[in-house]
Amino acid sequence: MKRLSGFYLLAALVVLLPIIFPDNYYVTVVGVTALLHAILAVGLNLLMGYAGQISLGHAAFFGIGAYTSAILTTRYGWDPWAAIVVGIALTGSIAFLVSRPILRLKGHYLAMATLGLGIIANIVLVQAGDFTGGPDGLGDIPTLSLFGWALDTDLRWYWVMGATMLGTVWIALNIIDSRSGRALRALHGSEVAAEMMGINTTATKTGVFVLAALTASLAGSLFSHQQSFISPDSFSFFFSIELVTMVVLGGMASTYGAVFGAVVLTFLPELLVVFEDFEVMIFGAILMLMMIFLPQGIFVGLQTPFRRRLTRRESPIADTPGE
Amino acid sequence: MNIRKTLSTIAAGILLSLAAGQTVAADSIKIGSFLAVTGGASFLGDPELKTLQLYIGEINAGGGVNGKQIELVHYDTGGNPKKSVSFAKRLIQKDKVDLIIGGSTSGSTLAVMPLVDKAGMPFISLAGSVKIIKPVKRWTFKMPHTDAMAAAKIFGDMKRRGISKVALISGSGGFGKSGRTQSLALAPQYGIEIVSDESYGKKDTDMTAQLTKIRDTDAQAILNFGFGTGPAIVTKNVRQLGITLPLYQSHGVASKKYIDLAGDSAEGVRLPAAALLVAEMLPDTDPQKPVLLDYKRKFEAKFGPVSTFGGHAYDGLHIALEAIDRAGSTDKEKVRDQIEKTQGFIGTGGVYNMSPRDHLGLSLDAFKMLEIKNGDWTIVQ
Repeated sequence: MKRLSGFYLLAALVVLLPIIFPDNYYVTVVGVTALLHAILAVGLNLLMGYAGQISLGHAAFFGIGAYTSAILTTRYGWDPWAAIVVGIALTGSIAFLVSRPILRLKGHYLAMATLGLGIIANIVLVQAGDFTGGPDGLGDIPTLSLFGWALDTDLRWYWVMGATMLGTVWIALNIIDSRSGRALRALHGSEVAAEMMGINTTATKTGVFVLAALTASLAGSLFSHQQSFISPDSFSFFFSIELVTMVVLGGMASTYGAVFGAVVLTFLPELLVVFEDFEVMIFGAILMLMMIFLPQGIFVGLQTPFRRRLTRRESPIADTPGE
Repeated sequence: MNIRKTLSTIAAGILLSLAAGQTVAADSIKIGSFLAVTGGASFLGDPELKTLQLYIGEINAGGGVNGKQIELVHYDTGGNPKKSVSFAKRLIQKDKVDLIIGGSTSGSTLAVMPLVDKAGMPFISLAGSVKIIKPVKRWTFKMPHTDAMAAAKIFGDMKRRGISKVALISGSGGFGKSGRTQSLALAPQYGIEIVSDESYGKKDTDMTAQLTKIRDTDAQAILNFGFGTGPAIVTKNVRQLGITLPLYQSHGVASKKYIDLAGDSAEGVRLPAAALLVAEMLPDTDPQKPVLLDYKRKFEAKFGPVSTFGGHAYDGLHIALEAIDRAGSTDKEKVRDQIEKTQGFIGTGGVYNMSPRDHLGLSLDAFKMLEIKNGDWTIVQ
């Protein structure tokens, strides 16, 4: 119970917000985008935060999912749900195939390889015009329907996106606390030491890479049905960087941190529009200040002293940092 | 320095300015806009926003429309379609604007079209793609010429010169690709055969390989659809290879920069372009001339060299305001009907005659066929 108390708090927040503010732009429009980003960030955090493997090409998997859904439903008249499953299967296979050679690399070389992957995926989306619609994108993507309940309002999308996000967080939390989660963290600490302890590092790394890709693919499919129009611009290198920023900003190796980072990075630009010409500058300045004063991420940075104070009151022995 | 104090000062600053942003003038016409003012497409969004601000300021100083002041609510999308969707929703749901002018890039426009259709919001797009108005969507209108029109204008000119075999070379960017598709589709209608179809990458610095292949075909002319430095390199390479075939460029190079880059090689190159580029050279009988000169003078007095993109914003704003004036209210249904009934509006892009079947309303006359002579534009009669 105590282990998942943070999760129940998050779930309560997600459920209560639209009930209290059912028609609020920040909840039903920006909120949906924030939830989508949170799904992606939580997935990426498993790879980056826990396993310590950087990926600068995460938008590629997001894009493959989105385009598979879009192409199968618009060009071949598939059922959207079947398309989502095929998208996930396809993304998973691609991730599995590239993970073997890519994950042999470390540090800067891994960053470069994943960067290349993201750029290649984007070039394919632009150049395979007959299939993907090219730079102009693909339109008229049908919306999803759930038991005859068409997802045609922002509020309904909020519920679906919220449920998916909570599901992703729940799965992530359980993985981290399982045997393979401990293997991931061992891997992050030292790959050699992890191997000495009998952990199959290759299988663990491949597994988490594929898992992160699957989450991104699901998010991509939802995104394409929600927007009903997609173009390669939404899956560019810059979006990959944005996702990495979310994970780092919230705090690496913290699932709630990833959610928090996604929410902050989605809302900040929306709130800063009042500054008009200066919004981008102020946005940059805020990010810089946060990283200078809270280098371990906002969520983790604010949580640690708070928790230490709590535990000090309860028992003299400090809690080991983790989670 | 106390960190907590610094952070709380910043937070207070944000909250204060948020509160300040809420004040809204009573009973005004609210025009919403989302443009790519920053980012890779800022060459589109920047003059568009400046034009909107310039003219809205001027109209407000002169008493507004129907005695109402105009208020501009603007967001910068950075050319990102996802942000465009979110800002369009914000304009519709939160700011409750009466009309939207925006969408600098085709991607941004196409992404918000399902949205404005559902919300019943009149939307005037400033983006190029022909997909925006074909098929016609009830609530979306568009100001700029399409690439299909450019291709048609070029093929028309070729036909007059007795050219029937054309080599096509296009850039791999969005503009070049779309132009290529439209050219391939339109050529048969003009009895023109595309004998070669080459392409080059965005950052290529030499196109002699593609052009050597073209030289070996029986093409009678070369058509280059592209944007940026690519077309200037193609132009130079064509002359370096000693190819004497007529060279046609698209409206994508319609700026002085192209002539500067291509230098002497640009002599004799033909291209379709909006009349704004050659405003001074138009005959005095041309009804567009006073409009063009006036826009050019006002824009250049404040911001420097004029571009056709800012002109699209001028056209969109005036068509919208005239429609609101005719409708006598900001009722969205009525305003939409009136925009659709726009007849004989003389703008910077041409003379607009809209109808339920045509939400652009420009004819091929809106493009002028230009030829470069002595390092300057001349109008081909």
